[in-house]
Formats: sequence, structure tokens, C-alpha cells
Amino acid sequence: MSETITPVRTYLVVFLALMVLTAITVAVAFFELGPLNDIAAMGIAITKACLVILYFMHVRHSSRLTKVVVVAGFLWLLFLIGFTMSDYLTRGMISMQGTIG
Amino acid sequence: MQGESSHSWGLAHHFDSFDQQREASNLGMWVFLVTEIMFFGGLFTAYVVYRSGQGAAFALGSHELDITLGAINTAVLIGSSLTMALAVWAAQTGRRKAIVGFILATILLGGVFLGIKVVEYSAKFEHHLVPGPNFHWNGPEAPGVEMFFNLYFLMTGLHAAHMVIGMGILLVVAILAWRGAFSPENHNLVEGIGLYWHFVDIVWIFLFPLLYLLGRNIQV
Repeated sequence: MSETITPVRTYLVVFLALMVLTAITVAVAFFELGPLNDIAAMGIAITKACLVILYFMHVRHSSRLTKVVVVAGFLWLLFLIGFTMSDYLTRGMISMQGTIG
Repeated sequence: MQGESSHSWGLAHHFDSFDQQREASNLGMWVFLVTEIMFFGGLFTAYVVYRSGQGAAFALGSHELDITLGAINTAVLIGSSLTMALAVWAAQTGRRKAIVGFILATILLGGVFLGIKVVEYSAKFEHHLVPGPNFHWNGPEAPGVEMFFNLYFLMTGLHAAHMVIGMGILLVVAILAWRGAFSPENHNLVEGIGLYWHFVDIVWIFLFPLLYLLGRNIQV
């Protein structure tokens, strides 16, 4: 299993896609879409990050062990943000007698 | 014959093959990058917490940032990721001078990014938007806007520090490449600094919309 070499053409296509996505995310930011503004901006950013990880960082051709480590890293970031927000966003929603706050 | 492959030039004695050596190098680099995800992750979490509570102040803050310079810098950094990827490609295909050329192009684009960042930072100093005793905000939501700029300087500052470190390592790798230290079998250092540089690019891919774009739709 020798190293897979990505052709230059692929890098150029990915670069162009990243540029187009950057232009789209800037354009979308000026329209009033309510909560969709945040979702669009983050959706495009995640798409761009995936392109960089899969093609520029060669994770597409990496071993299964490396893929697990990559996925675990971002999964734990989601845990960090998710569990933190599950606290902050629910404060004041539950009030029980005899408890503080 | 015995042990011939283990004595190949560039293959450390504790590895059986170049494939194994490359696998170990890339996996190790990714483990480091996971710690970097958590390092930046703390700041991203702080951003989400404060923005969830003070969305109006964060919208006011984002309007103070120069969206044109931010977009240009995004393009510059993605361009530097392209040249970095091409430097790794040059190493894989044994093009010694192309490795050096693409790495120098990456350093140059990194320099352009940091130069534009200096212009942006100095404008914030002039407009008294740097948190601290000289912070001055005439409009509403002053504490929230100051928090936005706290996070702006911490996040972009930590990102810029990573770029400065990356450019320093890139310079060393370019010199090594010029001296012929890499081969199609052994170029883990080029691949490793490449992974680091792309990671720094990914951080900016998220910082740009979070700091510059979100809240733009709101009229202030």
C-alpha cells in the first residue's frame, strides 16, 4: 500500500470550489434570512472544512485509524459545545422548590 | 539481504517500511491537531456562549469589522493552502526545486495575510475598539461589544500566532528541501507541516463567518 498521489488537477478544482463557497457565504450574509443566516454560514464553513480535510490533508486516502482520530477530534469538540450549551440554554427553564437559583 | 530495507536512507531503524513510517508520522500529527482542535475549541465555545446571550451586541461588533479585508484574507489563506498542498505533491513526485518554490509561495501568502491583519488591528486601535482602559463605545450594548472584541482579538491573535510559528517551521523545511533532505519515499516533514498549515486554514474558515459575517443581515 504505497502512498496515493492526488493529481494537481484535483487540487485546483478543490481550490476553485473553496473560492466559490467563500463568495457565496459573503453574499448570503447580506440577505435577511432569519435563523437561516447562521445555518447557511456554518453549513458552508463545514463544507469548506471537509473539502480541506478530505483533499488537501489527504484524509480521503488515510488509514482507517487516522480517520477515526480525525472524526473523534471533531466529535469531542461537538461534545464540548453541546454539553456547555445544554447548560446555558436551559438555565431558568427548570425551577424546583427547595433548590438554589 | 538481511535488514537491507531497514538500512534504507531516510528510514528510521524502528520502522519496518516507509509506509509504516509515513503512517506513524501522519497519525502522530493528527493526534497533535486534535489537541489543537480542543485548544481553539475553548474559544469557540466561549464565543457560542456569549453570542447566545448577547446577539445584538455581537451584531454591532461584526459591523465594525472590514468585510472586504476579511474576505480577501480568506482567499489569500485558501491560496496558501493550495501552494502548501502542491509543495507536498512536489515532495511526493521528487521535484526538489518545486518543493522549495511552493513552500516559499506559502510563506509569502502567509505574510500577506498577516500584513492585512496588521492593517485591521491598527484600525481597531485607532477607533478605540481594543478592550481595556482605552475601549470606547458610544452606542448601546457597550459591555457586550467589548466582549465581542475580546473574543475577536483572542481568536484572531491565537490564529495569527499559529501562522507565525508555521511560517518559521516552513522556512526550516524549505532549507532542508533545498539541501535535498526529502525523497518520494521520505517527506514526512513536508506532509506534517502541510497538515498543520491546512489546520490553521480550517480555523480561519470558521473564524471568518463567525466574526465578520454573522449579524450582517441585521440593520444597525
